[in-house]
Amino acid sequence: MLKIKNLKADVESKSILNNFNLEIKPGEVHAIMGPNGSGKSTLSNILSGKKGYDVSGEILFENKNLFELETEERAHKGIFLAFQYPLEIPGVNTNIFLKTSLNAIKKARGEKELDAIEFLKLVKLKAKELKFDEEKLNRQLNVGFSGGEKKKNEILQMSILNPKLSILDETDSGLDIDALKIVADGVNSLRKKDNSFLIITHYQRLLDYIKPDYVHVLMNGHIIKSGGPELALELENKGYENFN
Amino acid sequence: MREKQIDKLKDYKYGFTTDIENIRAPKGLSKEVIEFISKAKKEPKWMLDWRMKAFERLKNLKEPNWQKPKYPKIDYQDIYYYSAPKSTSTKPKNIDELDPKLLETYKKLGIPLQEQQRLNGIAVDAVFDSVSVATTFKDKLNEVGVIFCSISEAIQKHPELVKKYIGSVIPLTDHYFATLNSAVFTDGSFVYIPPGVRCPMELSTYFRINASQTGQFERTLIIADKGSYVSYLEGCTAPMRDENQLHAANVELVALDDAEIKYSTVQNWYPGDENGKGGIYNFVTKRGLCKGTNSKISWTQVETGSAITWKYPSCVLQGDNSIGEFYSIAITNNYQKADTGTKMIHLGKNTKSKIISKGISAGFSDMTYRGLVDISSKAKNSRNYTQCDSLLMGNKCGAHTVPYIKNKNPESNIAHEATTSKISEEQLYYCQQRGLNPEEAVGLIVNGFCKEVLQQLPMEFAVEAQKLVGISLEGSVG
Ligand SMILES: Nc1ncnc2c1ncn2[C@@H]1O[C@H](COP(=O)(O)OP(=O)(O)O)[C@@H](O)[C@H]1O
Ligand SMILES: [Mg+2]
Repeated sequence: MLKIKNLKADVESKSILNNFNLEIKPGEVHAIMGPNGSGKSTLSNILSGKKGYDVSGEILFENKNLFELETEERAHKGIFLAFQYPLEIPGVNTNIFLKTSLNAIKKARGEKELDAIEFLKLVKLKAKELKFDEEKLNRQLNVGFSGGEKKKNEILQMSILNPKLSILDETDSGLDIDALKIVADGVNSLRKKDNSFLIITHYQRLLDYIKPDYVHVLMNGHIIKSGGPELALELENKGYENFN
Repeated sequence: MREKQIDKLKDYKYGFTTDIENIRAPKGLSKEVIEFISKAKKEPKWMLDWRMKAFERLKNLKEPNWQKPKYPKIDYQDIYYYSAPKSTSTKPKNIDELDPKLLETYKKLGIPLQEQQRLNGIAVDAVFDSVSVATTFKDKLNEVGVIFCSISEAIQKHPELVKKYIGSVIPLTDHYFATLNSAVFTDGSFVYIPPGVRCPMELSTYFRINASQTGQFERTLIIADKGSYVSYLEGCTAPMRDENQLHAANVELVALDDAEIKYSTVQNWYPGDENGKGGIYNFVTKRGLCKGTNSKISWTQVETGSAITWKYPSCVLQGDNSIGEFYSIAITNNYQKADTGTKMIHLGKNTKSKIISKGISAGFSDMTYRGLVDISSKAKNSRNYTQCDSLLMGNKCGAHTVPYIKNKNPESNIAHEATTSKISEEQLYYCQQRGLNPEEAVGLIVNGFCKEVLQQLPMEFAVEAQKLVGISLEGSVG
């Protein structure tokens, strides 16, 4: 599904990623762990198509060169990023944002768009599953939401859009244990044989609830070690300092 | 990453010209030209005398120049003041007899005039350059006593009403452009709603500038008699041309006791090209008089077109308990400029006014909100609430807020709030990540920003206006 080969990324002539390689197959869950500033968000942004990076190497998503696709075209193809810091958009109603987003993607795929009633049914169902306060959906997007509510809103969007590749950038940071479980439930319920996940986290805590197939350690711009879930525990015990 | 070619040219789909034979007044401003106009419109002598009085006063007036958008000196002798399709010189008896080219023009603009195609529940007065070419649903409105016709026809058929109210809200000598209009005005609409009548349909006027080198001097007069209600909407478009053309209108509204007038504008004059060449100078005087007690006048404007927009639809709250409202969306893109806002003059007791202004500037454009709230010493217990929000796109455009506040009454209260925000790259990225292209993203954010004002428009027009808002900002991102 996703093949990253020899990716190099610079920002303002500062090297952030180099010789970065990763392959994710359909249905797999990969976790990436790494210290602050190691380039985790940079990787998420490059995958989802944020501008402003100097990049070389190759990224294939379902055998298509991602560098040839605009941000929104990647979203249409099924790439979703749960932002580390979700944006506030004053004036824009959360429900309307969600519906516009879902229908833009459906339209691009040549699928039938949802009308207001169909959409509300869907969003109600998903909000209930995620214990997301429905009343918040009538508020301006993320305006006045707590940190946890913003993160849950990302997961709500993810479960409505049902993406092929979901990238979660530190979605667990700042969540209490109940919220963490809800987020994990959201991910697990989307886990199917063609849906893949890239979960970026600092702590192995989240991985107690979402069992990854692979864990990678990102340091010095690339993956220095890969393994199974046990690697996360090892990392937690030793710390990044002593890991190298 | 591959950058997509974003067409920087605005999609102005009303930019076509109708090839039609015209009758014009000789070029320039003179006594003879005013006589020509008055004669072409078969006006009574009192009207010509009134025009001449304005013309005399004009000689002592100077163009104002306190506005923010400056413009090259207008040569008033280089403008045609009257241009009308030749076929309208003998007014056709019914719409089906109208020149097919004119019917085609309005059809293309989305305003079909012929009986079987008309918009449901909306009566239209179609003004083409200097004349009203057709007014629909006149008979149906007549049944309930509503008069809806061109001002030219009203001058002939309802002189007592015109005489009584014309110039009663905007005095002949008000300021340069208003006085110029009083001397040379050509056509516009006239509305009279009799006492106690709620006008059964939306009334609207569609202004079209077609001829080149021609100014349009609209004159509209709306009178809502005691206890009546009317909702009126005007729309405007013009061909794409390299020259600047002047549209200098005077619009007067009068609301008597317990009457309400809701006046909406969707202004989409040609804005000029992406380098700022051409476009309409929209210098307009609009004023409503809440003459009676408990009367109400509400202005809603969506200003997306014109090279320069310069207007302050205002309310004079003379009757006790009267209410004035101003809801505005003004959008400037490329090199467009706007200096717009309102004046709320509180004279009566317990008068209330509300101002909601949303300004959006993009490209190299410049936007000024200018507003006056004046509460006189007699306007006891009066209130104003003003909210002025600006949204900037990019960092080459400007937004300015200039509120003037005069409160001579200690028992009265004025509240003013203002915000300025920007659409950030991060917000756009977030929306794109959710599948919206940059234009859709901007449309969503901007419509959210303007929602409060869009909601004020009659339903039939709100959707159109929402689309127009998106189109006006096309090319401003990416
Ligand atoms: N736009 C930028 N300009 C300059 N430096 C940046 C920019 N974005 C990220 N960086 C730098 O790149 C490094 C990696 O950042 P980031 O990907 O956010 O790390 P992480 O998500 O792993 O904490 C950091 O040193 C950060 O300061
Ligand atoms: Mg990060």
